[in-house]
Amino acid sequence: MAEFRMPSLGSDMVEGTLLEWRVKPGDRVRRRDVIAVVDTDKAAIEIEVFEDGIVEVLLVQPGQKIPVGTVMAVIRTEGAGIPEAGTAGAVLPERPPVEAVPERPMAGEQVPPPAAPAPLQPSASAAAERIKASPYARRLATEHSVDLRILEGTGPQGSICAADVQRALEAAAQLPPEEAPGLSLAVLPPGVAEERRAPAPPVAEKPAAADAMRRAIAAAVTRSNREIPHYYLQTRIDMSRTLRWLEAENLKRSIKERLLPVVPLIKAVASALQDVPELNGYWIDDRHQPQEAVNIGFAISLRQGGLIAPAILGADLMSMDDLMEALRDLITRARTGRLRSSEMTDATITVTNLGDLGVETVYGVIYPPQVALVGFGKTTEQPWAENGMLGVRPVLTATLAADHRATDGRRGAQFLDALNRHLQEPSKL
Amino acid sequence: MSPDQIRQIIFRLLKRIAPESEPSELAPDENIRRALDIDSFDALNFFIQLHDELGVTIPESDYGQLNTLEEIVHYLSARPV
Repeated sequence: MAEFRMPSLGSDMVEGTLLEWRVKPGDRVRRRDVIAVVDTDKAAIEIEVFEDGIVEVLLVQPGQKIPVGTVMAVIRTEGAGIPEAGTAGAVLPERPPVEAVPERPMAGEQVPPPAAPAPLQPSASAAAERIKASPYARRLATEHSVDLRILEGTGPQGSICAADVQRALEAAAQLPPEEAPGLSLAVLPPGVAEERRAPAPPVAEKPAAADAMRRAIAAAVTRSNREIPHYYLQTRIDMSRTLRWLEAENLKRSIKERLLPVVPLIKAVASALQDVPELNGYWIDDRHQPQEAVNIGFAISLRQGGLIAPAILGADLMSMDDLMEALRDLITRARTGRLRSSEMTDATITVTNLGDLGVETVYGVIYPPQVALVGFGKTTEQPWAENGMLGVRPVLTATLAADHRATDGRRGAQFLDALNRHLQEPSKL
Repeated sequence: MSPDQIRQIIFRLLKRIAPESEPSELAPDENIRRALDIDSFDALNFFIQLHDELGVTIPESDYGQLNTLEEIVHYLSARPV
C-alpha cells in the first residue's frame, strides 16, 4: 500500500488544486504514468506516479485545494495485501523532498472518505518523545511552537532536521491569512476549466493568477537569497565558430528544423557539466548532492507575466536536434498546455538566456535546492584581441551563479572554461 | 497577394502569438518584437507560420531586416507568393 501525496513541484510550492484525476479506482498504473492534473500558483502540471500498482481509492475531489504532502490517493502496490487505512509507505517524489505544511487547518478543505487516514496527522500513539529529531530541530520547533509530529523528516532514517522545521516555518509564513478571494479556476466544471486554461486566458483571470505567480516566485527567490551564499563568475566567449557552424547547419535545414542559437548553448552547458559534475545537483540537508542525470531547467517567461523553469530531462544524452525539439515542446507546453511533475521537480541546474533583449550580463538567482545557474546575455560584435591582433568578433558573456557551500570558485572557473572550449568546437557538441 | 492581404495574415499570426495584444494598432515602423514582447522562440514560430500560410521560406540571414510591419510587408510583396 502506498500513499500518493500532493508533491512539492518546486521549492516555492505550498499548496495545489486538483484539477482532474486521470485514473479511477481499480486502474493499473505504472511508474511515471500521469495520474492527475494539479494547478499550482504557476501552472497546471501533470502529476506522475512513482510506483507500479493499482489505484485503491481517490481521497481528493477535483476542485479541492490542498497543502503539499496531503494524501491524495492510495495505490495498492504489486504484492501488497488487503488495504489497511493508515499504514503506508509514503510515495514521495525523489527530490526535492516533499515539504510538509503544518499549522494549517485542513478540515474545511478536506473531504476524505471514511477510511482515509487524516493527512499529516499522526496516530495518537505517535508520542512526541519517540519522534526522531536533531537537538537543534527540537529547539527551533519549541521556539516557534511547531508540532514535530506533523513534520516529514528528511534527515538520516527519516529523522527531522533543522531544515525541515525551517521549511515548515517558511511554508506557514507564505500562506496568506485568508484564501485569496475571487473566482477560482478549480471550482469551475471541468469543461469550463479546460477552456480557461486554453492559450488565451480571459483577462478577468489574470490579476489573481499573476498575483499567485508573483508570490510563488517571491517565496523561491527569497529563500534562495537568504540561504544560498552565491558567488558569481563571468567570462567572455568568442562565438564566431559556433555561429558559423549554426548558420551552415540552418542553411541545410527546412525552416521547421532550424536550430535557435540557444540550442548549442544548452548543449555546451550539458557537455561542460560532464567535465565539472559538481555543479549539477543539489544542496540538501547540509550536504552537497551532485546528480548523475543532467536535467537542465530552462527559464521560460510567460506572457501573462512571471517565469517558470521546467527541466529538459536527460539533456546530456540529446543531439542538437533532440534538444531543439525538446525545447520547442517544453516552451509550447509551458505557455499553452501542461508540464509534467518530473519536469518541475527534477531540474539539476538552471539556464537563463536574456540575450533576446540586449542584456549583456546575467547575474542569476539560484533555484533551490540546485547549486548553480548559468546565465547568457546577448551575443554582440565586440573588439577582440588575440595573438597580438585586434579584430571584431561576436562575443557572448556567460555567467555562473553558484552556491559557495557546494563548490568553490576554482570549480566554477573550470566549468566556464569547459563551456568556452565546447563552444569553440561546435561540430563535436 | 496584395500588401493588405499580407498585413491581415501577419495580424492574425501575431494575435495567435500575443493574444492580449492588438497587432492592427502597430505603427508601420514599430519594432514588432519589442512592441509585442516576442522572444526568439516565438519569432521563429512566426516565420514558420508565415511559411505555412504563404509558402515563402525566409532565410535566416534575412531575419535581421524584418523588424517592422513595413519591412515584412515589403519583403513579402517583393516575392512571388
